[in-house]
Amino acid sequence: MTTTLASPNVAATAPLPAAARTRDRWQFWGRMLVLPYVLVFLVFVLYPVGYGLWLARHPSSYVRLFDDPIFFRSVVNTLIFLIVAINLKMVVALVLSGFFVQQRWWIKILSLIFILPWALPSIPTILSVRFMLNPEWGVINSLIFQLTGNDGPNWLNHPPLALAFSMLMHVWKSLPFWTLILIAGRLAIPSEQYEAASVDGATSWQKFRFITWPSMRSLYITSLILSMIWTLGDFNSVYLLTGGGPADLTHVLATLGIRYLRLDQVDLAMASIVVALPLVLPLVYFMMKRLSK
Amino acid sequence: MKAKTWKAVTTEAKLLLIGIPVFLWTIIPVYHLFLFAISSKDSATSGRLWPKEPTLQNFATVFHQRHFYLDHFWLQLWNSLLIAVAVGALTLFVATSAAFAISRLKVRGGRTVMNLALFTYFIPAAFLAVPMYKTMGNYGLLNNQWALILAMVTIASPYCIWVLKQASDKLPYELDEAARMDGASPLQLFRLVYLPLMVPSLVAVGTYSLLLAWNEYLYAFLLLSNDRSVTLAVALGNFLAADDSPWELLMATGLIYALPPAAIYYAFKRYMVGGLTAGAVKS
Repeated sequence: MTTTLASPNVAATAPLPAAARTRDRWQFWGRMLVLPYVLVFLVFVLYPVGYGLWLARHPSSYVRLFDDPIFFRSVVNTLIFLIVAINLKMVVALVLSGFFVQQRWWIKILSLIFILPWALPSIPTILSVRFMLNPEWGVINSLIFQLTGNDGPNWLNHPPLALAFSMLMHVWKSLPFWTLILIAGRLAIPSEQYEAASVDGATSWQKFRFITWPSMRSLYITSLILSMIWTLGDFNSVYLLTGGGPADLTHVLATLGIRYLRLDQVDLAMASIVVALPLVLPLVYFMMKRLSK
Repeated sequence: MKAKTWKAVTTEAKLLLIGIPVFLWTIIPVYHLFLFAISSKDSATSGRLWPKEPTLQNFATVFHQRHFYLDHFWLQLWNSLLIAVAVGALTLFVATSAAFAISRLKVRGGRTVMNLALFTYFIPAAFLAVPMYKTMGNYGLLNNQWALILAMVTIASPYCIWVLKQASDKLPYELDEAARMDGASPLQLFRLVYLPLMVPSLVAVGTYSLLLAWNEYLYAFLLLSNDRSVTLAVALGNFLAADDSPWELLMATGLIYALPPAAIYYAFKRYMVGGLTAGAVKS
């Protein structure tokens, strides 16, 4: 096609090259219009990623990283976070999606309230929970004191509890989104299937087992994987609630990289991310195969 | 007949048994935020369900910037707004033109660009933050609001391109053929045919990127540090620096900060839920 463009005298006489010239013009504008994104990608994704990998090139960075007990703790925390929080969230979302498709006026109102955590920015609500858990003035320990006369525990100063609250915070924030996704999945199932099952005398469990689950399984697994990727990048639920403390024991990989960055140890920050790549890349590959079908 | 009503009652009871905990779980952190915002400093921690004397004093303090944490409240609110609008507009421009080029003009290499965008979408944001911070330093953009704007455009546009491409693939191809026959240029097709048909999706992705930028905390606090250039999100995080933070003021500021995105979200819910949930996970 480029040769046609180079010889305009031919294009002027024959009709086919004229069409080709139009197509060329469309290709030209296509390239012009895709250019802004390509530039964004090159300047703010490709270069940073390449530069980051270059910063993490020395094996000594990895030796220092593996010597850091906080790193090991963060990896364990991240795995706990991924396995417990995500499965809890998705199972609850699956149950709640069945609840929210029920036709009741009050469930309609409740569904509007239910998406509040997702509609609100995370900072004010996380800080609100953080203050609820404050050992001296927080509302939870005030209640414990009023009811029992004893001081409540210092919630966020106890590593397993603090991590558990971070996970609950994450679930609180992202549960509405995944419930909405699974509601959409449930609504796509033809209601005739359920009616036929009712006629045959199927129990609710059998309806779920043989109608709902088979049509939602694929959606559920995709959601699970996507949720894992996003949870790996969830900085706010941990950082704003516990700050990674006490004693840096509740860090996850998302906050650990930033911690190293603030300590001016960029190579360690990048190394901690590179170490996570074997976990991330298969998930990304899976999602890309799913979505570019 | 009696058995039927009995069954209906137990069904309602079971639904309520789920509904009430869901309501409490959702509302308690939000209500706590609200309760603190309308309580005076002394009564805030009393543990009451409703303050003895609800007050708007905290909001007055915030609006008059009468606390050193709030010295630049209005400026920071303005920064948040400016950055969110800039990110929304730039993302719309970048994503719409890319989606049009890939989906309608079938630009060569469009599939590769789409895959690169998807790849970017799946990099956890907190992982990209570290190299992004160093890169912005290399570009000399640290502490410049353009750093945050460009970073957020980078994060927001892949998903927007994807959603827009899905939507524009659904437009009939005969439209383009007809426009081409009438001698329309690609830009005319874009402006006169494509954009008007894409309005619902454009509203969805525009709102998405606007809210993403307004809500962003991590990139904002990494890339901006001057009190006069940070967004309200960073200012809220700064309250955590001290142990004796004025929590009632923090909650009042947080409520002010949370209301605009919530209002936008509920106003455009129709577009958001349709465009975004369908786009987020294709089964």
